[in-house]
Formats: sequence, C-alpha cells, structure tokens
Amino acid sequence: MAEFVQLLFAGLTTGAVYALVALGFTLIFQASEVVNFAQGEFVMLGGMVTVFAYNAGVPLPLAALLAVVVAAATGTLLHSLAIAPAKGATVVTLIIVTIGASILIRGLAQIIFDKQFHALPAFSGDEPLRVFGAAILPQSLWVLGGSGTIVLGLWLFMERTLLGKAVRATAANRLAAELVGIDTRLVLTLAFAVSAAIGAVGGILVTPITLTSYAVGTLLALKGFAAAMLGGIGNPVGAVVGGLVLGLLEAFAAGWISSTYKDGVAFLVILLVLFALPQGLLGRAAVGRV
Amino acid sequence: MNRRPLLLGVVSAALFATSGAVRAADAIKIGSFLSVTGPASFLGDPEKRTLELYVEKINAAGGVLGRELELVIYDDGGDANNARTFATRLVESDKVVAVVGGTTTATTLAAIPVLEDAQIPFISLAGGIEIIEPTKPFTFKTPHTDRMACEKIFEDVKKRGLAKVGLISSTAGFGASMRNQCLTVAPARGIEIVADERYAAGDTDTTPQLNKIRGSGAEAIVNADFGQGPAIVTRNVRQLGIDIPLYQSHGVASKSFIELAGAAAEGVRLPAAAMLVPDQLPDDDPQKTVVLDYRAAYESSQNQPVSTFGGHAYDGLMLLVQAIQKAGSTDGVKVRDALRETKGFVGTGGVVNLSATDHMGLDLSAFRMLEIRNGTWQLLY
Repeated sequence: MAEFVQLLFAGLTTGAVYALVALGFTLIFQASEVVNFAQGEFVMLGGMVTVFAYNAGVPLPLAALLAVVVAAATGTLLHSLAIAPAKGATVVTLIIVTIGASILIRGLAQIIFDKQFHALPAFSGDEPLRVFGAAILPQSLWVLGGSGTIVLGLWLFMERTLLGKAVRATAANRLAAELVGIDTRLVLTLAFAVSAAIGAVGGILVTPITLTSYAVGTLLALKGFAAAMLGGIGNPVGAVVGGLVLGLLEAFAAGWISSTYKDGVAFLVILLVLFALPQGLLGRAAVGRV
Repeated sequence: MNRRPLLLGVVSAALFATSGAVRAADAIKIGSFLSVTGPASFLGDPEKRTLELYVEKINAAGGVLGRELELVIYDDGGDANNARTFATRLVESDKVVAVVGGTTTATTLAAIPVLEDAQIPFISLAGGIEIIEPTKPFTFKTPHTDRMACEKIFEDVKKRGLAKVGLISSTAGFGASMRNQCLTVAPARGIEIVADERYAAGDTDTTPQLNKIRGSGAEAIVNADFGQGPAIVTRNVRQLGIDIPLYQSHGVASKSFIELAGAAAEGVRLPAAAMLVPDQLPDDDPQKTVVLDYRAAYESSQNQPVSTFGGHAYDGLMLLVQAIQKAGSTDGVKVRDALRETKGFVGTGGVVNLSATDHMGLDLSAFRMLEIRNGTWQLLY
C-alpha cells in the first residue's frame, strides 16, 4: 500500500506538469492549428525568472507573478513576430518556426540567466507528509492543487465568458468567426499569451521539487506533446488525462518493471494506444473543412 | 575616389601579417579544443580560463626553452564531431606541438585517432577510463577515473562495516560509465550490489527507484551522475526518510550541489580531489601548496570560485611544460617519452607517476573522502 501510494503521488506530480504543457499545446492548436514546440520554454521561463527575481530580493509571490507576465509577453511576441507574419504557411513550416523560436528563447535564456541549475524554496516547507506510509512533499500538493485550479479556471473561461466563447468560435471556424465580428487576431494572441502563462505557472510550481535550468524546456515539450497526442490533440480534457497517464506510466514502470526502460515502457503504451485509437484517448476524428 | 586609404590598409595588413608570421615561427604552439559552451560548459569554461591564465604567466616568466608559448583554443560546444574537426585543424593548419584539451570523454575519444596518427602528445581533461585503457602511445589524461571513485567509495563502505550497496545511476554518459565500473570492481572489493536502478538525464523524480532500493536490503546507496540528477536523488532520499549512508561521486564536487540539495545534502559522502578542501589539508600534505597557489591565482584573476575542473587543465599544461623542458625539444616522440618518465609530479589532482603503461599516473590516495557537514565540505581522510 505504502509503495503504491508513493508511486501514485510521484506519477501524479510529474504528470501534472506534463498535463499543463499538454494543455498549452492544446490551447494553441485549437485556436490556430499550430503545434507550438516552444511550449516547454514557457515552463523554463516560469521557473528561471522566478528564481532570478527571488534571488534578487523580490518576494516569492511577486517574483512568480513577474515570471508569468514575462512568459505571457514572450508568448505574445512569439505570435506577433513569428507566427502571424507566416500566416498562410503550411503546418510543417509553422512547426519549424516554433522549433526555431524555442532554440532562440533557450539561447537567450542561457545568456541572460546562466547555465547552472537552480532551486526555489518549497512554498510550505520540506517536511514530508505521511499518507498511508508514503512520504509526500507538501510541494506535490501545491503542484496538484495549482494544476487543478488552472484546469478549472480555463474551463470556466472557455465556457462562461464571451472572450472564451470567441476563442472557441475561432477554433471551430475562423472565417465564420471573423464574419460575426470576432477579432480573430486578438483571439490568437490571447491563446499564445494564456498558453505561455499556464506553462509558466507549471514551471514555478515544480521548480522547488525538480530544479530548473535554461535547458529544461526541450524534454518537457517532448513529453507534453506525447501527452497531448495520447489524450487526443485539441481536447483540453484529453490533455490533462494524457499528462497524468504519462506521468503514472513512468512512475509505475520505474517502480514495478524496470527503471532502465521506464521511458521505453511509457512510449510503448502510447504507441499501442495510438494504434488502437489514432485520435487519442478522448480525441475526435478530424473534420475536413470545405 | 581617393584610393590612398585603401592602399595604406593593404600595406599595413601585409606588414602585420609578416610580423605575425615571424612571431609564430619561434613560439611553441599548444593546441586545445574545449567545451566552453554547451552542456559541459561548466567544465570547459574554467579549463579555458586556466590555460589562458597560466600560458600568460609562463610567458611572463620567460616562456619554455626560451620561446614563448602560443595557445590555440577551439570551442567544440560539447559536440564530438566538432572536436574531431578541430583536432584535425590543430594538426594540419595550426601545426601545434601538443594538445591539452578534450573536456568530455566523448570529445576526447573522437579526437584520439587524429592526434595519434599525427604522433602529437595529447593530454585529455576528461574522466572516462577508456581514454587510457588500453594505453595509446600519445594519449594521456589528468583527471581521476570513475573506476577510482567506485573503489574509493567501496573502501569507505567496507570501513563502516557494510557490504550491500544499492546503485542508482543516470543512463547518460558519465553515469552509465561509472555504473559499469562500479559493477566491475564491486566483487573484488567485497561489495554486493543488491539493487541497480537507473534514471534518464533530465528526470525530475527518482522516488520510484529509491523505493525499490529501500526494499532491496541495501546498507548504503551510491549515486553515479553529475549535474542536477544527484541533487534530486539526494532530496528524494531524505524525502523518503531513507537513513542509510548516501554516497555521491566526484561529479558533484562543486558548491552548486550543496546549494541545490539544500539540507538534504547533510551527511552525504563523496570522493573528491584535494582542491575542494585546500585549507583542511595537513601542512605536510605534498599537494597543499600547489592547490593553495592555484586557487589564489585563479580566484584573484577570474573573480569566480575555483573548481577541480580548471585544476585538471592546470595539471595537463604543467605536465606538458615540464616534459618539453626535460626533452629539450618539441618533437612529438621526444616529448611523449619525457612525459612517460614523469615521476612525483604534484598537481591539483594528486601526485602523478606516469609510465609506458600508465598514462594517468594517479592512485587512490589522489582521492580524499569528504562529508558534507553544515553546508560545507569536511575532509575525513
């Protein structure tokens, strides 16, 4: 029992971060059909900006807020400087643009910050909580709670606000959305800014556990993308499910099968799922536009 | 249009080129390729600074064999292909007499065939034992090997009266290599490896692996990795409340490990070079003056704390300079022969005794056993 709970929390904590990255992928994909491989860099910016602001004497909550703002601004710039000018380009071209952007952001971070790993103090101490004999870090609860809040907030925004409905309308049919007077450019910019902010919050929440450096974004983008595919790209619920499942697969594969092959086991399961369900666990079949 | 400035430019450029050529002809060219940028930059950067600092010092003191040293450094960015290209360039266009460089085992191995073919003495700054095993005619290295780290750790485990070890290592280069070495030397040292867990580079949670080690009956944990991984493992060990001794490798021998692991680092032991604890060395320790001098020279000129990695570059350069002086020549074979005759050279890494079959020349006494206490290194023995 203790071992099961330990692995469960290990998997959920890692999975929550994958879920937030996958959510960022989904949001941008929904609004613009762009697969944004710079998504992991937003997580990195969240952690790194917080660390450097905090070390410079800014109180932690303020440093975190600053990091979210910096990431959102970077997301906005990414859209207006790189994605918008390439309007009408093929999906592959846009993917290459985002990969280029991620290399640029990583390179700048390496110069502006440094090449070292950094830690943040845990929000509520390092003393583990005992749950059924397992040792859970309080920070894990922060990660899980924070991720849950973001998912809920995003859902409310999409379902209950006019702006959120505009985002969904743009996703459903951009031309029709423009015809009814929605400023689709604003909506797309918003999608990038919100995705970036979500990634940044993820980065801030996990840094006390996982540490951060300028280079952490690459791996997270890859895992987040796999999670988004597993859940069904374009489906926010799928993104969350995909992220958590990937995290749990890794933890239980490492704990019960073989830590050497844990990534292999995780990706094998993803492959098998996608063979059986090519649209992912919760994806819908793509509908061609006429 | 006035052509005079252009003409003037050409003439002065030609003059400059000629004077450069004359100087280059009587300077002794020493080549280097280092990973100054990229993932291994925390190794390559202090190495570059050290080489530049000491070449300047040696030249200020009159050079070697009455000639100035000229350093040619390329940055391979941690890429083995680049390393090979730069090694070729050092041989063919720069025509260096010897090479001190190769920040990582991968970049070193890529350059060895080029430098061996050209019969150019090569002192590597990387850790992997495959660099000098089997012995290659012109390749040497200064840092300790991961095998020595395993042996030193197992020696300490035995001293504590323990025998069962749980191994946890990264699947990336250094971790994988040290894991193999630990598995190889364990039986001879009377150590039983009861768990052999691994994690991928960049993994942020190792509690599943440590949970398994806890259930394996291990009496001590050995973590083979450098960078962020060991900090995560150390934090996870404390999180799970595992209270058996934890050993890290010399790969974590920098202050940043203590900062990252925080309070969890208390009580962690590791084998490391004397460079980490120069002030704690007894006064009769042969390395004490060398290490203190290097630290003073480095820290006063570079405005950053000294690391063992820069020390490897210091040892390599000094070994080479000594050998060139002894050989009285810059001929590759003669310098190599002189290197092989090096006995009792005191460097920052230890006391070096080279021979035709031992191209590293360090024994276990070069490693000190340290324990982290109150957020700093404490020399045990």
